[in-house]
Amino acid sequence: MSKQIRNLGVFLAVCYVALFLQVNRLTIFEADELKARPENTREIERDFASPRGSVITADGVEIARSVPSDDQYRFQREYPTGALFAHVTGHYAFELGASGLERTYNDELAGDFDFELEDLSDLFVDRERVGNLTLSMRHDVQQAAADQLDGREGSVVAVDPRNGEILALYSNPSYDPNVLADHNFNRAEEASELFSLDPEKPLLGRSYQENFFPGSTFKAVTATGGIERGGVTPDEPVYPERDAYQPVSANGEPVGQPISNFEGSTCGGTLILVLQVSCNSAFAEMGAEDVGADDMIEAAEAFGFNHDVPIDLPDPARSVFPTEVEGTPLVQNPAVVAQLAIGQNEVGATPLQMALVAAAVANGGEIMTPHVVREVRDDQGEVVDTAPTDEVWARAMDGDTADLLHEAMLAVVDGGTASRLDDQLDGFVVGGKTGTAELGTPEPRSHAWIIGFAGPEGEPPSVAVAVIVEGQPGVSEQTGGTVAAPIASAVMQRALERPAAPAD
Amino acid sequence: MIGTAPLIGAVRRNTELGLLVLGTMFVVGAYVLTTLPEDSPIPTTTGPFLAIIVGLPLAAHVAVRRLAPRADGMLLPLASLLNGLGYIFIVRIDEARADPGDLAGLQSVWMILGVGAFVATLVVVRDVRVLERYRYTAGLAGIVLLLLPLVPVIGRNINGSRIWVSIGPVNFQPGEFAKLALAVFFAGYLWEKRELLAVNRAYGPVSLPDPKHLGPVLLAWGASLVVMVMERDLGSSLLFFTLFLVLIWVATERASYLVLGVLMFAGGAWFAFETFGHVQERVDTWFDPWGKDGGFQVVQAAFALADGGLTGTGPALGSPTKIPVVESDMIFAAIGEELGLLGATAVLIAFLLMVGAGLRIAQQAARGFERLLATGLTALLGFQAFIIMAGVVRLLPLTGVTLPFVSYGGSSLLANYVLLALLLRISHDTAERRVARLAAQSVTEVG
Repeated sequence: MSKQIRNLGVFLAVCYVALFLQVNRLTIFEADELKARPENTREIERDFASPRGSVITADGVEIARSVPSDDQYRFQREYPTGALFAHVTGHYAFELGASGLERTYNDELAGDFDFELEDLSDLFVDRERVGNLTLSMRHDVQQAAADQLDGREGSVVAVDPRNGEILALYSNPSYDPNVLADHNFNRAEEASELFSLDPEKPLLGRSYQENFFPGSTFKAVTATGGIERGGVTPDEPVYPERDAYQPVSANGEPVGQPISNFEGSTCGGTLILVLQVSCNSAFAEMGAEDVGADDMIEAAEAFGFNHDVPIDLPDPARSVFPTEVEGTPLVQNPAVVAQLAIGQNEVGATPLQMALVAAAVANGGEIMTPHVVREVRDDQGEVVDTAPTDEVWARAMDGDTADLLHEAMLAVVDGGTASRLDDQLDGFVVGGKTGTAELGTPEPRSHAWIIGFAGPEGEPPSVAVAVIVEGQPGVSEQTGGTVAAPIASAVMQRALERPAAPAD
Repeated sequence: MIGTAPLIGAVRRNTELGLLVLGTMFVVGAYVLTTLPEDSPIPTTTGPFLAIIVGLPLAAHVAVRRLAPRADGMLLPLASLLNGLGYIFIVRIDEARADPGDLAGLQSVWMILGVGAFVATLVVVRDVRVLERYRYTAGLAGIVLLLLPLVPVIGRNINGSRIWVSIGPVNFQPGEFAKLALAVFFAGYLWEKRELLAVNRAYGPVSLPDPKHLGPVLLAWGASLVVMVMERDLGSSLLFFTLFLVLIWVATERASYLVLGVLMFAGGAWFAFETFGHVQERVDTWFDPWGKDGGFQVVQAAFALADGGLTGTGPALGSPTKIPVVESDMIFAAIGEELGLLGATAVLIAFLLMVGAGLRIAQQAARGFERLLATGLTALLGFQAFIIMAGVVRLLPLTGVTLPFVSYGGSSLLANYVLLALLLRISHDTAERRVARLAAQSVTEVG
């Protein structure tokens, strides 16, 4: 009998050891796997019920904050400016997840960063930590962008070329993130479904998440290629006065459709002259013959095309300059190169990318890493992280080229297609380039573009912009100058008029 | 010898008191931690609360000092520790719910009644041999209690199991008391018949018990199948059959019963699996709980344990209320979540120590019935705790039995305190007789 009782004890001990091992498995070895399972909402709920920091613009406007709620989640996320900053803050929702800064700075907002213990008692204080974001973006500039677009579909991007700080990043249509942050998850889900069904895609931040034909604004890139890789100087070559350019193959045979100027007009001349009037025939020839396919690719990529832009916002679109045509290298398709050189065919750029093209010219050829967040502070106001302001993302051209293009773009404003860009900028040095991207729709429509920069006399430009107004009626080289230029002018005026209060 | 012998009692009681103080400190510590978080579910002004977790173990200790002074000193502190820990979790879980029931108040009543039943058992059962005399009565009572939930009108179906009985305002699970009655019956019956049952007949190379004596085995097997099928109570069914097998094996010292019993249970289980949808469903969700309605509990328990990690989220800092019926069957997951692997392991060790103490009592007991009864009671405790914890962590299919001393529930708590008192009574009697024998010996030697 004793033997049996002893064996019973051994058997039970084995049972409990098995239990112990299984508890080890669940708490330690398979814990990460269990936490990652889609049906495991514990982590999400915990985050959702935690306080979260605010997002504040450079001029001190709170654009995202958490306020106490009396339901189980304890805090309600609010976006006081609604749709104005929706594509920047994004939304923080339970089932729909997070977007915008709510996503890229999730850890910082949740207070999940390294902090220094000031004294040992901090270990025992049940203080909930959060981090607050201070943006380089300005509410007044963003508001000016929205006012100027005035309900039209389009985007406005303003950036400080000297350090990559974004001042405005707006696109219309937008959405109200408050609706998606609703703690009534059914209501939030319905709203989200409506937004996704909307053909105008309000959830998409077109200013950095969507590519458009850049049209003639791309001629700034082609001109850079011409100067640096195509032997173009202020005096040479002199492009012939004509109404169209006929692309030719390597052995001189005409290929493809001729590239004609707007409304059958004739134009030609040296670099500054053809940029002033945005001469299609001249830039088509410059791209296809003076620069050539491979150097055009290199020139575009030097500006960041075909690269992911390292902005601190999620899912930026990659601007595209094609390197091949239906499987054959671009170099075998001079007719396509001619079209690409004037921003047509398969070239695609985000408004952000085009603002950075202007910024490159304004900043001696260097594109600084763009960012919207200037610094992260803890809830005591201490700075815990600062965005670098001296980080070069791309070297688009050398300084001499930049000087020459700078001069050329001033000429475009001073007696060229972008003459309305300095309407509201008396006393500032202003340069720019217009664009009109044909959409090939049955009734002629086009995107009206402008890129530009401005700054006080004798100083490097302190603001660069890109504006696109989508789907304007008609196709005319005037469209960019008449529709987009006043918007850009007003936004730059606001940016220059009252510099952001220095961060303390 | 004369001088040291009476000290066995005093030493054991002082050990018990020391361990009780340690255990109570642990429980009070857990209570304090639970009240600390800013949004703690537990109010900080709770005199009655402290009275329960400090006063009850002390009352039980005083009763043991009086009524069974030579009894083992480990069982009561371990039971109090588990009971106190469970109580804190029950309060914490209940208060965290959107619509709290008064589980805390009720559980403290159950705890008072439980300790009351503990003391009453020590008072009434002065000698367990009394129980041996009533073995057949106990057997009959056990069967009746077991089948009571099947009686129309008073039997009630809760959560798919028909294991409840309502008489007037009183609801209880008779199965919890049936297991005690059956332990008494099996111990008495098997001790009486052990020699007959131990006779094996050889069938070629295998030797099996004489078919004539297989009646009781078949009866126990049948009863456990009835419980499994009619009451849909897989856990209790497994527990009863295990109890019987263990005792017949220990009594007869014939492993063949064990083999036979396991085969019969496997056969019965297979039959039930093939025939009854709910058994099949249980097994299916055991192998693959993901995305199944029936698997929700164990899936949530696994998530809770994963959140717990090594040291747990901390008392009152987890979210155990996501697990259905976490206060009773699933309470082990809540402990694992908030106290982590370390806390869960402490619970495992506490049960294993109780099993060890119980089996030691069985080994030391002089008389067969006492040995069998102590073995049976210990096996009940050890296997019940194992079955439910193994179900929670998906080592076995989840079956609805309570975690002794920890889970919420009056029937379970009362029954387990009675079980504890019986073990202590056996322990005390054994020590008492040993002391008497030693005293007699020394008197003889001197004389």
